[in-house]
Amino acid sequence: MKTTTPAIAAALLTATALSACGGGNTSSDASSADLRLDDGVVRAADSGMTAAFGTLVNDGDDDVVVVSATSDAAEVMELHEVVESDGAMVMQQKEGGFVIPAGGTHQLEAGGDHVMFMGLTDVLEPGETVTWTLELEDGSVVELSAPVRDIAAGDEEYTGDMDMESGDMESGDMESDG
Amino acid sequence: MSGHPVSRRQLVGGGLAGLAGLGVAGTAGVVAGRAQTRPITPDGTSPGSYGRPGLDEVVPFDGAHQAGIATAQQRSAAFVGLDLHGDVGRADLVSMMTVLTEDARRLSQGLPVLGAADSGLAAVPASLTVTAGFGQGLLRAAGLQQQAPPWLRDLPAFGVDRLEERWSGADLLLQVCADDDTTVANATRSLGRGLRSFADVRWVQRGFARATSLEAGESVGHRNLFGQVDGTVNPRQDTDELDRLVWVDDGPEWLRGGTGMVLRRIWMDLDDWDRLGRVEQEQVVGRGLADGTPLVASPDDPDEVDLDALDDSGLRTVPPWSHVRRARGDAAPGPQLLRRSYNYDDGPGEAGTQDAGSLFVVFCADVDAQFVPVQRRLDELDLLNDWTTPVGSTVVAVPPGCGPDGFLGQELLA
Repeated sequence: MKTTTPAIAAALLTATALSACGGGNTSSDASSADLRLDDGVVRAADSGMTAAFGTLVNDGDDDVVVVSATSDAAEVMELHEVVESDGAMVMQQKEGGFVIPAGGTHQLEAGGDHVMFMGLTDVLEPGETVTWTLELEDGSVVELSAPVRDIAAGDEEYTGDMDMESGDMESGDMESDG
Repeated sequence: MSGHPVSRRQLVGGGLAGLAGLGVAGTAGVVAGRAQTRPITPDGTSPGSYGRPGLDEVVPFDGAHQAGIATAQQRSAAFVGLDLHGDVGRADLVSMMTVLTEDARRLSQGLPVLGAADSGLAAVPASLTVTAGFGQGLLRAAGLQQQAPPWLRDLPAFGVDRLEERWSGADLLLQVCADDDTTVANATRSLGRGLRSFADVRWVQRGFARATSLEAGESVGHRNLFGQVDGTVNPRQDTDELDRLVWVDDGPEWLRGGTGMVLRRIWMDLDDWDRLGRVEQEQVVGRGLADGTPLVASPDDPDEVDLDALDDSGLRTVPPWSHVRRARGDAAPGPQLLRRSYNYDDGPGEAGTQDAGSLFVVFCADVDAQFVPVQRRLDELDLLNDWTTPVGSTVVAVPPGCGPDGFLGQELLA
């Protein structure tokens, strides 16, 4: 695991240009209560990076825009998407963050949008629970948690400027194969 | 597990199928029999449309006892023996059982395990049950040997045994049963995947049974590959008798409401058995082969064999070496344990024999008191031994069931 660059997270915060639809500002209380994660799961890993998957559900009347994430479990977190680049699927930071439409859902999955944990501060073993915080565009925060599981899927190449190889993500799985 | 309370409705998988499931969840109801029904098709409109009844049935996972014991026997089973990794301790076992419980709970409801792509394989619950049992090795890894019931150990060596390591013993035993083979295969693989940080699957023994409903009469049980009706003397579901025979109510606290389980892989010499005539076969067993009825019925109970009946020449009609006489011994007539066996047939075996037989499954509160005496009598003088050879043997303690927020084995490990 190489040192992360805080600038990435900062840039993401300021780069967000989307605004909540539907006019009025969403109060922090309302948006916190209206956003939840169904079937959430975090991929087990010994070190390096990992990801959270699940279904973000917005039960509110306004769109919710997730702009950043933080957790004690990782030095840095990023909001990622997976796109095709030169015939290969690669993951990169998602411009504008995740938009969860009012009354709608946003899927976080291997091979698609997901929340990255980078620079794990401790081993994440199956059976544990990981907690993290999403910051929304309106400045409010939502705390989420999900169980850790061994997950095979999701081995995309990362195109960020962090010096990581996709193999890092596999380290936890590979060792537990023994 | 999640930071937010998640209802079962919300647990329905994501995507279109999940939305459809949410839309029609209110129509799910309780059907007669053992299970609730719920829609399984992507459009959620036509439960049971796979053409066979029962594929959409759900056996509740949570309860005072684990499912898959007093549950009506399903058609398909896999018994999975796992060995713990050497570095697994008590805290890891809590994590392991948390993962196993949640995975089993979801699969029972027709949901894929967390983190698995929703391939649709899990969407047919088909009365899936997952039953977990702890071997001696698991209690040792937890440092809790002193909590083991006295019978949690290898069975005494029987003269007929030809046990093989590849079919015997496990730190953790999973019994996976459903009315659909593909459901069992998917659940078995999914569960093994989820546990691989803690344990390796050493063996899987797959079995099949004819659906009871296909045979006439409620009393007809599972039919083994000799054609015998196996488990003729079995406690009926929802009876005090079953409760008394199966559920532990003394000894170590953590096992109350649990049970003892014995899995014996018994090879059967089908080719040689076929050479016997029907009369000889029935004398070996002590019951009629067609329907399991006694050769001579007891005057008190038409299902019980009258072991004292004499034929015209004054000889016992049911021979002293017959299976039923040896099995019962001096015990009073009636069930002494719960049998829930399956057949296996893995094709040609060594030396041209057929590798087929019985996955003999017993549940009882005290293995030493209830199972060992029966097996000992059979070992000493059961003519059936000439055609059967035990090649695998596993004994586990099956912890009680758990509530929606608990995990199996919590009383022992937490």
